[in-house]
Amino acid sequence: MPERRIDDGGRPETPAQERTSVEDRAQVPERTAVEDWMPAEGHERRGVAVWDVLRDRPLHYLLSPWPLRCLAYVLSGAVLGYAVLLALTVLVLVGVTLSVFGVGLLILVATAALGVPVAIVERRRIRLVEPESMADPHSLLSGVGFKGWFRARLEERATWRELGYAVTLGVLGTASGAGVALLLGFSVFLAAAPLLVWAAAPDTVTLLPGDPVGSPAEALPASAAGLVGLVLAGYAAGWLAGAQAKVARLLLSPRDEGLSTRVIELTRSRARLIDAFEAERRRIERDLHDGAQQQLVALSMTLGLAEMQVREENARARELLARARGEARLALEQLRRLVRDIHPQVLTDHGLAAAVTEVALRNPIPVTVDIDLPHRLPAPVETTAYFTVTEALANAGKHSGASHITITGRVRDDRLHLAVTDDGRGGADPDSGAGLRGLADRVAILRGRLTVVSPLGGPTELRVEVPCSG
Amino acid sequence: MFRVVLAEDSVLLRAGLVELLTSGGHEVVAAVGDAEALVSAVDEHRPDVVVTDVRMPPGHHDEGLRAVMVLRRRYADLPVLVLSQYVATVYATQLLSGGGAGTGGLGYLLKDRVGEVSEFLDALARVAAGHTVIDPEVVRVLLVQQAQAETLGRLTSREQEVLALMAQGLNNQAIAQRLTITESSVVKHASNIFMKLDLDPTDGNRRVLAVLAHLRGSGPE
Repeated sequence: MPERRIDDGGRPETPAQERTSVEDRAQVPERTAVEDWMPAEGHERRGVAVWDVLRDRPLHYLLSPWPLRCLAYVLSGAVLGYAVLLALTVLVLVGVTLSVFGVGLLILVATAALGVPVAIVERRRIRLVEPESMADPHSLLSGVGFKGWFRARLEERATWRELGYAVTLGVLGTASGAGVALLLGFSVFLAAAPLLVWAAAPDTVTLLPGDPVGSPAEALPASAAGLVGLVLAGYAAGWLAGAQAKVARLLLSPRDEGLSTRVIELTRSRARLIDAFEAERRRIERDLHDGAQQQLVALSMTLGLAEMQVREENARARELLARARGEARLALEQLRRLVRDIHPQVLTDHGLAAAVTEVALRNPIPVTVDIDLPHRLPAPVETTAYFTVTEALANAGKHSGASHITITGRVRDDRLHLAVTDDGRGGADPDSGAGLRGLADRVAILRGRLTVVSPLGGPTELRVEVPCSG
Repeated sequence: MFRVVLAEDSVLLRAGLVELLTSGGHEVVAAVGDAEALVSAVDEHRPDVVVTDVRMPPGHHDEGLRAVMVLRRRYADLPVLVLSQYVATVYATQLLSGGGAGTGGLGYLLKDRVGEVSEFLDALARVAAGHTVIDPEVVRVLLVQQAQAETLGRLTSREQEVLALMAQGLNNQAIAQRLTITESSVVKHASNIFMKLDLDPTDGNRRVLAVLAHLRGSGPE
């Protein structure tokens, strides 16, 4: 039995990802081909990639590209962090110094947005140690200008999290990177000790104070210590890279709060679109009323006057004039029907009950109207309800084979409940009509619900439920 | 010859209507473009009949109809012919119940009818003489619906013809002429109709209103 509900929450043929596609495709993170050094695909991995490897296969780690990647990540992070720290310090100092002049405050404001470019780099750099880059949490801005960009960005929480990340990177990133660099450098030095001793001969090299090393062989324990140091540096880099990646994910990824803001934005823009659409319909209706319709009435009036002037004996001319007038009348009738479909004046002047009664009177299948509303409803509700009725009537006329239609309308709990029921053969497919789907969208925007129940054999019932207070 | 006040916001149509009325031998004492000007023009000229558009500035809704209500409260016997780009039964009812308080004639016609010059002038004369004229389109819509709903099944086909003309506002004499029957048989048909439909056998506006109200399937608003 084809019983389907078309509403915003449960449209069966619209999977979740189709709806997310309404948002920006460019913001969906790109995924690299999975390389063998990455944790296996399918392995439920919600943590940090490098930590997973360290925990699951600590020995394999050393022989994989991981240590090199982690070192690259940590060391480049230190370089970047140092630059960021420098820039922040300079900007803040200059800003504070000049804050007695207006320009200093501007510099401080600009400093607040410093995290944005840092984050752009960081979201890409994380690919050194993570399989995916990160999505951009910011809303899309275009054509807003320099000032508009700053204003919009400073209003977003993501911007402030990014600033926090920039400071963290500047302090902790630089410090830990420097630590790893020191350990690495010293280990390389120790490991290479026999070589140095050999190269420096006949001079002696002092590795430990008061204990000069004479021959390369005597430097071998130092070399061993250096190798241990290198291993330690590899693991340290891995652990630190994981920590940094985790902090980056925490601070630089989109959050739910950004997502819900975007959903609200989308909902609003959808409502604005409908409003604009409605305004456009009204404009067209008014243009037709003031323009073509008046012109045609004037034309038919002129033809009528001409007909009176033509003498009786010129029967041919009179006949032609009468025909022309008939054609003008047909054109007017068509235009009137068109205008009524675009935006019915009765609806604006007298409300839903009167407009539905009027359209019911013109319907080829007899309609019983039982609409009893305590007051006028908001214009968007009236319009949506009205067009739902006309669409339902049109569908019933086309497909159902119904001989009678009933329309009921009531307001209960501040919600309009409207039902259009026909006694036809049923089996209507709510997805077949583009009109019906458009209506479901309109109803959804008003936070309402449209349901079609049409079992084979009938009856078909279309229900609309819309909150009355906008 | 009537002295006419005309209200129509389209300049083109206003000029056309002035020409048409003048060619019919009437005098247009004032031709205005909005409802407010209509009321003051009537106050000033006290015309024999008013011809007005429904949708006019400033709001472009039913300003014309509202002005008619005002005028009919002020001058109960003022005949008014309302022209509209489209007709709706709800406006007909609004006009007849709101403006029907007076005794003057009332008319509600599609603007298209002005093309039928002589019929239009005839309708104007009937309104000026105190009769009610309702556009056949309104009546047709109502009759078709009621015929399908089998409410009118109890009426003979002749009675249905008489009912349609009554709804358009024709008096018994005019109906007799249209159907080429005697006036007394029209009276007989009419009383049958009123009996079968359980309506009050009144006359004039109230008769039309009662018929329309019955056809709309609701009481006068």
